[in-house]
Amino acid sequence: MTVSETAFSAERGRSRFRQFWEGISVVFRSRVAVIGLSIVLFWILVAIFAPFITKHDPLAQNAQAINQGPSSTYWLGTDHLGRDIMARLAYGSRTILLLAPISVLASVIVGTVLGLVGGYFGGVVDEIVMRILDAIMAFPTILLYLIIIAAIGPSAVNVVIAITFVGSPGIARLVRSLTLDIRTRDYIRAAETRGEHPLYIMFVEILPNARGPLIIDALLRVGYAIFAIGTLGFLGLGLPPPTPDWGGMISEARKYIWTNPLGVLFPALAIASLVVGLNLFADGLREETTRYQ
Amino acid sequence: MRGPREIPILDVQGLAISYETRYGDVPAVRDVSFEIHRAETFGIVGESGCGKSTVAFGIVNFLGRNGKIVDGYILFQGRDLVGRTEEELRSLRGDRIAMVYQDPMQALNPSMRLGDQMAEVLVVHRGMKKADAEQKCIQMLERVYMPDPANVMRRYPHQISGGQQQRVVIAMALLNNPALLIMDEPTTALDVTVEAAVLDLINELQNEFDTAIMYISHNLGVIARVSDSIGVMYAGEIVERASVQDVFLKPAHPYTLGLMGCVPRLDTTKATSYLRPIRGRVPSPKNLPSGCIFEPRCDYAREICRQVKPEIREIQAGHWARCFFAEEIIEQQGAGVRERGEALLAGAQPPASEVPILRIRNARTYYPVPSRKLFGGEKLFVKAVDDVSLEVVPGRTLGIVGESGCGKSTLVKTIIGLEKPTGGEFEFMGFDISMPVSKRSLDLIRNLQMVFQNPDSTLNPSFSVGYQIARPLKRFKVVPPNQVRAEVVRLLNLMKLGENYYDRLPRQLSGGEKQRVAIARAIAAHPDLVLCDEPVSALDVSVQAAVLNLLLEIQQKLGTTLVFIAHDLSVVRFFCDNLAVMYLGQIAEIGPAEAIYLPPYHPYTEALLSAVPIPDPRAEQKHIRLSGTVPSALNPPSGCRFHTRCPRRAMLPDGGQICALEPPPEQFDTPEHRIFCHIPMEELRKMEAVVTIEKERSHAG
Repeated sequence: MTVSETAFSAERGRSRFRQFWEGISVVFRSRVAVIGLSIVLFWILVAIFAPFITKHDPLAQNAQAINQGPSSTYWLGTDHLGRDIMARLAYGSRTILLLAPISVLASVIVGTVLGLVGGYFGGVVDEIVMRILDAIMAFPTILLYLIIIAAIGPSAVNVVIAITFVGSPGIARLVRSLTLDIRTRDYIRAAETRGEHPLYIMFVEILPNARGPLIIDALLRVGYAIFAIGTLGFLGLGLPPPTPDWGGMISEARKYIWTNPLGVLFPALAIASLVVGLNLFADGLREETTRYQ
Repeated sequence: MRGPREIPILDVQGLAISYETRYGDVPAVRDVSFEIHRAETFGIVGESGCGKSTVAFGIVNFLGRNGKIVDGYILFQGRDLVGRTEEELRSLRGDRIAMVYQDPMQALNPSMRLGDQMAEVLVVHRGMKKADAEQKCIQMLERVYMPDPANVMRRYPHQISGGQQQRVVIAMALLNNPALLIMDEPTTALDVTVEAAVLDLINELQNEFDTAIMYISHNLGVIARVSDSIGVMYAGEIVERASVQDVFLKPAHPYTLGLMGCVPRLDTTKATSYLRPIRGRVPSPKNLPSGCIFEPRCDYAREICRQVKPEIREIQAGHWARCFFAEEIIEQQGAGVRERGEALLAGAQPPASEVPILRIRNARTYYPVPSRKLFGGEKLFVKAVDDVSLEVVPGRTLGIVGESGCGKSTLVKTIIGLEKPTGGEFEFMGFDISMPVSKRSLDLIRNLQMVFQNPDSTLNPSFSVGYQIARPLKRFKVVPPNQVRAEVVRLLNLMKLGENYYDRLPRQLSGGEKQRVAIARAIAAHPDLVLCDEPVSALDVSVQAAVLNLLLEIQQKLGTTLVFIAHDLSVVRFFCDNLAVMYLGQIAEIGPAEAIYLPPYHPYTEALLSAVPIPDPRAEQKHIRLSGTVPSALNPPSGCRFHTRCPRRAMLPDGGQICALEPPPEQFDTPEHRIFCHIPMEELRKMEAVVTIEKERSHAG
């Protein structure tokens, strides 16, 4: 018995692995997704190995070298306080690559719960949930960010809260529409005729079948979140200085754009490349996964 | 010498069609040859994925970007259509080939009035004036027996019924007086009575218009009714081609024989015969056997079949078959060597106990309809089930038949607790079950399970087969946790699937396998009653036969009681002990299955039986066609609900006025056999049998 059982678990393990590998190989079938993924991976590596990429401290000021162009000491030049732009970019990628996924994850959790509840129960529950979310979505996003941050103050945690608040209605709508479709399937009926608890039906029977579109939407949203964090930083509502923050870097260098245009260009390129990379990755993935359905 | 008149309308020779995919070319159709003459119907029959539609698409050059004709020729009125440009094709074909698809809603533009769509054909192709074109369209609608054609012209597609939509599509196809009409499963989505009327229409039109028809269907009965000659397709090849009589009475190819063994006939029951499913699966066109394509599934296969690919050859005048042993197979049947009518269940059935397991009294399930007014307004209800009473005997099968919208699914959903009943008594094993499933005790839930219709949505695509069968075992604590896996494996073996299916995902299974897993899931907790909502209607005939056999076997082993919904009267006749015929939310007739199929009939049952397509060209059926469409359940007819369409109403004095005034009384033929009709039982008993089938073949064993 034990022999056969281990054989089975080994077989099961293999099939799990194959499943996982099939999922991964989808990415490599799409050239667009591979390009996107490489850009994102580049920034992830930069974030992880920031101390090895540059020997400069992102906070160290050098009064002798203010607003300089690229040189052998400062590869990408310095800002108005003589800080190394490359170091600030590298360390700045750490915060942005941490905050963006966390805030998206939080909005996925909140949005999924709301969407599942509204979509599965329907009726009055659905009506109440969706109207509240509609009200949130009626505000221009930038205005909402400003209101929230102005109310609770700029900090890393509050940036996450703001992005979660603004992002969850969209995800809730997506999950709700998927739930409305999935709950008509016969396997949901079968679960109901087994007398399963609504929570089991929502999270075990419905949610796994909504994961495809949900993952792609979440990936796109990481791009938007990076954008939002950059915007907040630019408006001075992001991370408080002197923390290296890409949006904040653009905002500060903007004043010296005529003497040192590269100080604006590099952080702007960083934001743009990361967002484009994520969007390419998500788009490629979406095309490849929907092609054979 | 052949005169020019005898050039076939369509002459297809050696046709081969491939689809380009990323895994290389897939040969979907190979070496297909047939001819269709004027006023002749050629039927192509075969299971799904055997290339029937691809042949049709090849003829009209709708193969899509990745499909191409790689060999053979298609002569239309003597001129080759293969390898021509779109422009040349248009002038060659002109408007002389028309096609009718399965789903009329895909052929009709939902945002255009029917009249405008039809007239457009004439205005564009013929340059007719709008007024003339409309006049012609009305005439054509009259010829396809569309009631009130002038009014239909002003309507939108969604405002008429499915059968009427298909009539409009056929009328539209006939507007240009085509020489060839290709029909791809035109009646598959329709109810039997509507289907029968459409098939009558096709037969009539063919004589009237002299059209050559290529008719594609998976349904042997339908093919037998409309065709003059038949091609049986299997895995992209025609394996047998002959006249209707020859194919059905002297099948020469093992596949044809196999198909017929899979279909329950209207005169067979599980007590007198059993279904012989074809083992194995249709091979994928990417991976064909090197010898005969049917060899891996063939009971007659010998060594030569594995090595040499048989060519199609003429075994008798006009009878072509792709088998080395065709003559032998025909001979064996004539000599009665192959036994038929083997009894599977002879004497195996335990005597029915007197206490019914399920008792329903005056069941009503209404769906509220939102009022059209903003405030107030009358509250309207769709009376899906209205005053239904029935009993189910333990260990037996109750079949519920009726056309779509008759309330059979709603009734079953109410029993299982997915819908809340509006009224009536529901008693299961002595317990009240007139509440939704969420309010029932776990034990009640366990004893009442269900099998669903659509194999593609019955299993959760995210979980393995094993997990899904294990779930009810864990939930109802059928076995201790450490034995769950062993029990799942036992169930898989019972379903003839085997342990290696445990970790498979639903997308790796075929339709029949999915349905078996669904049955395993339903019976896992040893329920006393299993409700089956059309469990085989979405499956191919050979798979359907295997699943039906499996259900019979399980019922025999476990003594499970079944309620079996179906719209196929041959299947229920074969499968069920008792039968309820439903019409518009009410039971018209209920009783033992064999009694339902013999007089006395309820007039609706009589009409249903006369409409069933029977896969035997010798079967004789009385010609009874219902007029009009099923009335809305929102506002059902007064009195007897069938009175608006009843062909027997005239039997009553003063034209059956009572039918419109009073609900029909319950009349007893025998204590078990009840008919709800105003016509006195003595009159009903005088009816003749609707179907007569020569018994010689079915009871030869």
